[in-house]
Amino acid sequence: MNIDSITNGVVIDHITAGRGMKLYELLKLDGLDCCVAIIKNVQSKKMGKKDIIKIDALIPISFDVVGYVDPGATVNIIKNGVLADKKTIEMPLTLTNVIKCKNPRCITSVEQELDHVFKLSNGENNVYRCIYCESEAN
Amino acid sequence: MRSLIDILDLSTEEIDSLIHTAIDIINYPEKYSNMCRGKKLATLFFEPSTRTRLSFEAAMYELGGNVIGFSEANSSSSAKGESVADTAKTVSCYADIIAMRHPKEGAPLVASKNATIPVINAGDGGHNHPTQTLADLLTVYREKGGFGGFTVGFCGDLKFGRTVHSLINALSRYKDINVVLISPEELMLPGYVKTDVLLKNGIPFEETTDLEAAMPKLDILYMTRVQRERFFNEEDYLRLKDSYILTPDKLKDAKDDLCIMHPLPRVNEISVAIDSDPRACYFKQVLNGKYMRMALILMLLKEAGK
Repeated sequence: MNIDSITNGVVIDHITAGRGMKLYELLKLDGLDCCVAIIKNVQSKKMGKKDIIKIDALIPISFDVVGYVDPGATVNIIKNGVLADKKTIEMPLTLTNVIKCKNPRCITSVEQELDHVFKLSNGENNVYRCIYCESEAN
Repeated sequence: MRSLIDILDLSTEEIDSLIHTAIDIINYPEKYSNMCRGKKLATLFFEPSTRTRLSFEAAMYELGGNVIGFSEANSSSSAKGESVADTAKTVSCYADIIAMRHPKEGAPLVASKNATIPVINAGDGGHNHPTQTLADLLTVYREKGGFGGFTVGFCGDLKFGRTVHSLINALSRYKDINVVLISPEELMLPGYVKTDVLLKNGIPFEETTDLEAAMPKLDILYMTRVQRERFFNEEDYLRLKDSYILTPDKLKDAKDDLCIMHPLPRVNEISVAIDSDPRACYFKQVLNGKYMRMALILMLLKEAGK
């Protein structure tokens, strides 16, 4: 399967197989007008299988979102057909308005204007907790 | 602005300092009787409470201060849809310190981010109740002479019991403490408290459903109520509410110096026949709570004045 290379845009590579769609959703890429390709289960020497997202436009990417979904992913900035920058990602310490707290007992369930903020509570297990109620993100 | 939202907002040194202040208040109450003259505590209680609200109010009066506030959400502007943030900003214009109870978890944190005065979490849903923990810690300190060298059993609703979570968090910072978790399967301590607190701090613990079997090894027994208000399903509540009822015969193998605690209110989980047992410490906890709240109010007002 061939996907054209891009001249100016962003390639999110080394996404753990299966997480591409979640990243697509949380980055809100469905709202873009440009061409976006999600390639799933690409053969990878290092990872076995991986997902790749190609975006045919130079748009700002939230590294916090990428780091939350898959800290092993890389973000490549392509300019004039060449790799201009390659970002390795770390898990963010705080996530603001990336995911919503689903605990019906949390204050965010009744006060709509509050930011939904999660903090990394356990880096080893990638656990984020709501700062208000400490519920685990899921 | 310094607030108290979670018991872990206080260092062990600060807890030691609060305990020493509380004991000084117990010994020399007249020394403290005017320390808050001209200051106002706002008690914002969006959920019913007897002990906590009256304890805060008594604490402030005994420090020579005054109290304003409300005791149910319907008598505040929240009934008109006012946000917690706006309530906190408004009350900051009238009072010097806030004690807030709210049924939603995290509401006092929201208040503290918006108030210009200290906010004390007086209980947020099933989440935190740090001043109850301060009362518990003073009780343990006075009954056991310090923190360490004992086995504490937590019994009842360990899933939704906020006082249990807070006390486990607080005690986990001390050495030489063993924990026994006694609950029905459905109300076991949440996994994250076990992993993030007990295991992380190397606190030895065991889980059981059998209170009587655990009894001989306990130095402290912390009983809790199965709380109707934490259940979405009435059937689950009815099925679990009588899981553990402490009666004199269940204490036959207990240690002579066992310290029986309960955050109150109780329903039927401790028989009134236990009340006259010298090992019953739950009404001492109530009194200790007032002294610790006095010490806390003094500490936060002092820091706010800096």
